[in-house]
Amino acid sequence: MDQTIVEIKKMNYKFGSTLALSDISLEIKKGDFLAIIGQNGSGKTTLLKLILGLYESEKSQISLFGENLTEFNSWNKIGYVPQKAIHFENNFPATVEEVVEMGLLSGKKNPKIITKEDRVKIANALKEVDMLKYKNRRIGNLSGGQQQRVLIAKALVSHPEILFLDEPTTGVDTETQCKFYELLKNLNSKGITIVLISHDIGRITKYVTKIASLNQRLEFYGSHEEFCAWDKKHSHAKSHTHNLCPNL
Amino acid sequence: MIFEALQYGFMQKALLTGLVTGISCSLLGVFLILRKHALIGDGISHISFGGVAAGILFGIMPFVGALVFSIIGALVINNLREKGKLHGDASIGIVSHSALGLGIFIASIAGGFNVDILSYLFGSILAIASEEVILSSILALVVILFIVVFYHDLFYMTFDEESAKVSGISVSKLNIAMVILTAITVVSSMRVVGLMLASAFIILPASSALQLKMGFKKTLIYSGLISAFSVTLGLILSYNYNWAPSGTIILINTLVFISTYFISRINSPE
Ligand SMILES: Nc1ncnc2c1ncn2[C@@H]1O[C@H](COP(=O)(O)OP(=O)(O)OP(=O)(O)O)[C@@H](O)[C@H]1O
Ligand SMILES: [Mg+2]
Repeated sequence: MDQTIVEIKKMNYKFGSTLALSDISLEIKKGDFLAIIGQNGSGKTTLLKLILGLYESEKSQISLFGENLTEFNSWNKIGYVPQKAIHFENNFPATVEEVVEMGLLSGKKNPKIITKEDRVKIANALKEVDMLKYKNRRIGNLSGGQQQRVLIAKALVSHPEILFLDEPTTGVDTETQCKFYELLKNLNSKGITIVLISHDIGRITKYVTKIASLNQRLEFYGSHEEFCAWDKKHSHAKSHTHNLCPNL
Repeated sequence: MIFEALQYGFMQKALLTGLVTGISCSLLGVFLILRKHALIGDGISHISFGGVAAGILFGIMPFVGALVFSIIGALVINNLREKGKLHGDASIGIVSHSALGLGIFIASIAGGFNVDILSYLFGSILAIASEEVILSSILALVVILFIVVFYHDLFYMTFDEESAKVSGISVSKLNIAMVILTAITVVSSMRVVGLMLASAFIILPASSALQLKMGFKKTLIYSGLISAFSVTLGLILSYNYNWAPSGTIILINTLVFISTYFISRINSPE
């Protein structure tokens, strides 16, 4: 159970001359439910995109499933829900089913033929996020929160071993958010490693097993309990982490 | 009147070429519009004009000249867009207008705008030669086949390029493939609707299909059907009334677009 899934060694990253990340070292283990927190512009999305190989440089400092990122190609083990996932236009011509289909078929060889079993898998993924009844609707005709659920189904349908989510609950109502975190917790208990970027630290603490606080540097990385102790020491200097650990 | 028109060999050739090129243009159009590259067809037709003029000047088949020019031009556009950090439209504008300038320059050396050049600009499907039928059809079939085989990857990167990359799809290779396909498509439809209207042949059927607010696969299928319908009706009407086929085909496309526009407004008033 102690397999290392993501490993980053002393990584810096610059956009032109602006430093976005500095001296990041991080290990994510199988079964972790990691929350990455930090203010706007602290480098959370950048870190995630680096891990996912979306920036060409710095690949050599990152390993996924024990393989250097430059050589890694088992992308079907990875599920990704990007920030502002709703950046496609609302009139994009795709049905809910077609969107989830994308997540399933991308691992196959071209031409990608959809089988009966694939349809069942798609239906199951939609059932998991409670969206099966909308499968023939256009994705643009759903509410923001419903769209987000569909995108999660798309990320889950290929049964990834690790799921990366970048602020997935932006624009989602409180009740749906709680259900959503329960869903993630449930997936995590089935063995899926989860990396969640969130500003909603107050609500997520009871679900996650680890917290990483980013501010260009990795200010803190450890368990929830350790975080509370660390936060108490530092909270006088910060406002954004106030009141996070009321019970401790 | 349909069957009468189709007795003639030239009409059969025209219909065959029109249908395959029309379908390939309309399928590609859906991807180009959704990826906000709708104007690349316009740019590439300008570039092709340079190739046609060069072909005529040097005594090469204008078709081949257009193909070489447009593929090179398309690759330069793609490169400028990705590496030069130019906005998509700016790179199209720069490359296409340079090539257009070159084309006009070459055409003037080659003896001005003769009937030959005009037929490439405005199409001359009823006078299409057999080898052009074969070339156009093969090129268009290559495009259709590519879209069918890579349908899912193309769909995915149209929906979200970054997620497509993360799922292991080689987005940058497909981007190159897309611009080459666009170049091929424009050249293959050059004889049908002419370079002036090639871009309309790409954009209009796809825009009409997009108005119908369907899923992705259905949108593609309807785009192809709308194009096939316009080509068939356009050819028959232009034969019977002695109208210009290219203009007739595009005008029918315009009418279809207007109809779908109002249908979609009536169905979902906002
Ligand atoms: N493509 C880019 N080009 C230049 N600078 C960038 C780019 N993307 C991000 N940055 C900069 O890098 C820093 C980190 O950005 P990042 O998007 O990782 O922040 P974040 O923690 O995800 O913020 P948020 O909470 O707002 O999503 C910021 O200062 C940002 O301005
Ligand atoms: Mg971010």
